Amino acid sequence: MLLEIKNLHARIPAADNREVLRGVDLTIHKGETHAIMGPNGSGKSTLANVIAGRETYEVTEGQILFEGKNLLEMSAEERAREGVFLAFQYPVEIPGVSTSYFLRAAMNSIRKSRNEPELDAGEFLKYVREKMKLLDIDSAFMNRAVNEGFSGGEKKRNEIFQMAVLDPKLSVLDETDSGLDIDALKVVANGVNKLREDKSRGCLVVTHYQRLLDYIVPDYVHVLIDGRIVKSGGKELAKELELTGYAKIEEQASDQWLVASGGK
Amino acid sequence: MARVVDKLDVSQFARLASLTPASRVAWMDRLRQRGMESFARQGFPSTRQEEWRLTSVAPIAKTLFTPGRYTGDEVTRKIIAPYSIATEAAAELVFINGYFSPELSSIESLPEGVLLNTLESEAIDESETLLQRHLSRYADIDKNPFVALNTGFLRDGAVIYIDRNVELELPIHVLFLSTPGEDPIVTNPRLLVVAGENSQSAVATTYAGIGEGVYFTNGVTEITVAPGARVEHCKIQQELREAFHIATIQYNVERGGTIISHNATLGAALTRNDVNVNLAGEGAEATLNGLTIVEGRQHVDNRLFLDHASPNCPSHELYKYVLSENASGVFKGKILVRQAAQKTNAKQTSQTLLLSDDAVMNSQPALEIYADDVKCTHGSTTGPLDDQQIFYLRSRGVPLDAAKHLLTYAFAADITSRIKIEPCRRRLEEYMAAQHGLPKDLRIQKAIAHDEPVRK
Repeated sequence: MLLEIKNLHARIPAADNREVLRGVDLTIHKGETHAIMGPNGSGKSTLANVIAGRETYEVTEGQILFEGKNLLEMSAEERAREGVFLAFQYPVEIPGVSTSYFLRAAMNSIRKSRNEPELDAGEFLKYVREKMKLLDIDSAFMNRAVNEGFSGGEKKRNEIFQMAVLDPKLSVLDETDSGLDIDALKVVANGVNKLREDKSRGCLVVTHYQRLLDYIVPDYVHVLIDGRIVKSGGKELAKELELTGYAKIEEQASDQWLVASGGK
Repeated sequence: MARVVDKLDVSQFARLASLTPASRVAWMDRLRQRGMESFARQGFPSTRQEEWRLTSVAPIAKTLFTPGRYTGDEVTRKIIAPYSIATEAAAELVFINGYFSPELSSIESLPEGVLLNTLESEAIDESETLLQRHLSRYADIDKNPFVALNTGFLRDGAVIYIDRNVELELPIHVLFLSTPGEDPIVTNPRLLVVAGENSQSAVATTYAGIGEGVYFTNGVTEITVAPGARVEHCKIQQELREAFHIATIQYNVERGGTIISHNATLGAALTRNDVNVNLAGEGAEATLNGLTIVEGRQHVDNRLFLDHASPNCPSHELYKYVLSENASGVFKGKILVRQAAQKTNAKQTSQTLLLSDDAVMNSQPALEIYADDVKCTHGSTTGPLDDQQIFYLRSRGVPLDAAKHLLTYAFAADITSRIKIEPCRRRLEEYMAAQHGLPKDLRIQKAIAHDEPVRK
């Protein structure tokens, strides 16, 4: 088992302790790609951020095990070193730090924690050259400050590029398709799919629209409504949602409490 | 009932001035007397004066100073090495405790069209006209008592002339060092730069101290840029922690001329910089970049005065502060756009990073606009490091402390990346890297234009 989430409850202290996750259960095995879909405000992004360790969310109950280890006890950087990666929905800009330096610093932090030798600028470039081609990234891009002045597509490509370079065990993609046109979407999806070829990796795709899932075809789809997973299924569930919309499922969820555990 | 105003006692300075030998040149001696008289009239400013409300100079007035003596024989090249850029400069002038040191200076192979001299020698040896025409014409004795005080001590200072059309590849460096002992000393460094028409040059000035002790540096720099000329000036202040540093930098820019000014403050207990620009001709351009990195109980007050006196002039101000522990900073950026200054395009930004809950920043713009077809923008931000940026780095495996160091370095590097005088940029970045446990030769981003638009 790669990721096991049990009865996860989380709230936002800064928003009057509003509870956003109300008992999420989810299990992801190696080689699996799970999609989480849901209406706005359902808690999708919160789930992604809680897995990554964002301190603005407070976990009040429940457990997250990553390869059997207690993830909630780890800081964000420790989780990254364990192999968790979050592709942000709104990647922040970091003026004054080049993409190349930033990524090398990240890589070296992780390598250092594993007692592996750090890479200098030249070695790093050699290592990433292949990944740069995969995500259509040129050296000019690498010299720009992180995400500064980047278009939506460039930001998302940068996220997947980082993912390719850091080669995490679990990739969490938070609405990676938002703001992307079809061409940018294809490049990004192509990058993700290349990484998915490694069956020791796992992927959690958080998305509002079904469109992305035509390109990154999931093994399992879960519907998150009001902080709980109310329905799970195979990839057809996504298509079904596209036809019926979330409203029907929301109704069903409030009629009978459906708590399904995802995957097997 | 009459209010008794406690004026700070400054009589010691008149005594010290009388100890300094009079100038051998009549007009210079008269200028000194004028300076001293004006200083006696103005005295030290009190915190009741608006311009000095946030910076008290009482600690300076309360210190008893002795005249600095020349200790050039005790100072070796090895000792000044951290501050010297002789191997990367066209020339380097070194002053110890206010005295010119020929042994420590490097002025052998001056490029064609450049003249360097100490003020006293220049006044005596060369034609006085050029010096008389420019010295003390720009910094106003009567508006600032510290300028008056500095003028009252005129003797050894430096003058640099750059002939018209000369393009210098390497910078000229003037290094003012103090070697305080048990007794506090005061120096009044003076620099005049006259850049001829269409010339291109870079001037670096460094103010630093060797050893330990209290001293007071009261500097005045005047730089006049002739039509079409371009001067890049980088000042680095690295005084010892107990020092007082007060400086006035006066730039005069003629038609089509350009001044690019970088002003870095790292040292001293108390710093006050008055940076004044007069855009005296159409199309004159000014960029004022500032970087202040202080901690402990250091206090830095930077005042800018940009006088848009002519039309079609662009100006760009970016002053950044990194304040740790109990440090305090002040920024006041006054921009005056006179009625004739149509098509002025002025931008002013001040950004402060507060790295502790006790650090304090006071930032004020002051725009006075009398022309109607102008663009004037100003902005100021003050706050801690951005939480989202920190999380972004941590989510990629960079530990919390390292993330903070990197982001702080990046914040300051925004200024240093604009300095084209390579040895100055390097010295500052090495200082910043050392503070943050980052490698010395760190280049986290490429060089950018001196007036690159500011990021948020």
